[in-house]
Amino acid sequence: MNLFEIRFHGRGGQGAVTGAKILGDATRLENKHFQAFAHYGAERRGAPVMAFTRVADEAIRIHSYIYDPETIVILDETLLDIPSVQEGMNEDTFVVINTPQAPQDIKLKVKPKISTVDATKIALDVGILVAGIAVVNTIMLGAVVRATNIVTIESVKKAIRKGLAELPEKVIETNVEAAQRAYNELQMGY
Amino acid sequence: MSKIVSVTGNHSASWAARTAIPAVIAAYPITPQTTIVEKIAEFVENGDLKSEYVRVESEHSAMAACIGASALGLRTFTATSSHGLALMHEMLHWAGRARLPVVMPVVNRSLGPPWNIWVDHSDSMAQRDTGWIQFYASNNQEVYDTVLMLFRLCEAPKVLLPGMVALDAYILSHTFTSIEVYDHEEITDFLPSYHAGHWKLDPKDPMATGNIAGPEYYYELSYAIHEGFEAARKMIPRVEADFKKHFGRFHGGFIDTYQCDDAEVIFIAMGTMGEEAQLAVEELRNEGIRAGSARLRVFRPFPAEQIQALANKAKAFVVVDRSLSYGHLGGAVTEIRSALYRGGQTIPVQGVIAGLGGRDVSHTDIKKLIHLGFDAADKGEAKPDIFYGLKR
Repeated sequence: MNLFEIRFHGRGGQGAVTGAKILGDATRLENKHFQAFAHYGAERRGAPVMAFTRVADEAIRIHSYIYDPETIVILDETLLDIPSVQEGMNEDTFVVINTPQAPQDIKLKVKPKISTVDATKIALDVGILVAGIAVVNTIMLGAVVRATNIVTIESVKKAIRKGLAELPEKVIETNVEAAQRAYNELQMGY
Repeated sequence: MSKIVSVTGNHSASWAARTAIPAVIAAYPITPQTTIVEKIAEFVENGDLKSEYVRVESEHSAMAACIGASALGLRTFTATSSHGLALMHEMLHWAGRARLPVVMPVVNRSLGPPWNIWVDHSDSMAQRDTGWIQFYASNNQEVYDTVLMLFRLCEAPKVLLPGMVALDAYILSHTFTSIEVYDHEEITDFLPSYHAGHWKLDPKDPMATGNIAGPEYYYELSYAIHEGFEAARKMIPRVEADFKKHFGRFHGGFIDTYQCDDAEVIFIAMGTMGEEAQLAVEELRNEGIRAGSARLRVFRPFPAEQIQALANKAKAFVVVDRSLSYGHLGGAVTEIRSALYRGGQTIPVQGVIAGLGGRDVSHTDIKKLIHLGFDAADKGEAKPDIFYGLKR
């Protein structure tokens, strides 16, 4: 089974789980199979959370944890110091980080393929805030697909429109444009 | 028109209810099942599902309300998990003994204390003897499909039994995948509306039910339930074949076998572990190791003959239970050994307890366990049952 596995690290309220699901929907639009799930524990706003998207060209029969993700997405750079973020990371791992820093300034235990984008700034610029917290999940999806080529940015935009369908049209389009901006502004250090 | 939706295992169950249109749904939320009944409440509120949705004050009451509704001859649905299922226990017997075809997804979750909301089959295994048909699903599409199949099976005049489909907590209940769902009109050929052929409560035709039955009657009524299960045993392959004819999918019948025809060692598990085992088998086959996987999909009625048929060809079984009957062994392995004894078969059966309370069991673990089956085949006997992954 040819799998592509993505692990999202965020803080409760940043929309990591929704991001994982929307990315799954985007892969579905390109006729792939996916699972999107969270690591459940005691959820609360601000606590570190993990979410996952598992993608394959065929029906997925794996149901166990993701130990060695191809891609690690970090929605909040203050999480870089917690041990779980660097678990399963190696030199081939794509690591996509929401930070104003350049990829070469990020220091990790191994040297993965790092790319960075200031998604929080984008969120603040365009006003994607929920209860005062910058919600960067959809924005980071633009960065993830640029870094990994897992699906096209067009599929991500369609999936964002579908995933946020219950929100006002203007909010949806703001999210779509912000994802495109992250796609454009991503700095790739590899 | 059928459509593809991205949903969790819980919402797969909700969508199945929406498709089958039960007349009455009575439910009480319990994690991690909560979103099944929340979604159904939303469907009803939005007018997408014309069911009578009854909010009750406990799971015991939820099942009692379902019993009342089903006794009126109505299609009835609820969902629960873990402690909620345990609280229903008395009413589960009632539904089984009154021959009421209530259909219920059960999200398999551990029981406390300590507080643990993750996957464990102990909750539904403990309801083995309540007179409920039991299926165990391995993916979200199977959850949806099995709910529809259960209505057909349970409501059949010769069966008339309640049925549950179990799904692994979080691994299925909270994991999004794409599934195909149908409009009600698309499934009515497969699942016609329910007409209670046996008895129903009707003010125009009054009758008493649940009255006293002394030693001269009770035994025969119990045997009649057993006959209902035997009728279900005959009917399950027909329902699955008809489902495949209508919708193109087949989930394996009693036992979902994979590469078992020439397998020396067969790995048997329930739920998602049973599906992941296929991957372990695939990897072992690539190394030239003749392994097979048999996912136990139906636990009641228990498929003893199918187990015996598998043992005719294999040299050993490895059976993993995600539950533990304290003071004895796993629930599935004891029944499998019993089936083999009745069949006069003596192949080693390596019993394994694994994955309790949500402990992860991956295909890498499954490969290790299958190797234990090969050791048992070589030696002609299995080790004492193993507690895999136990930290001591």
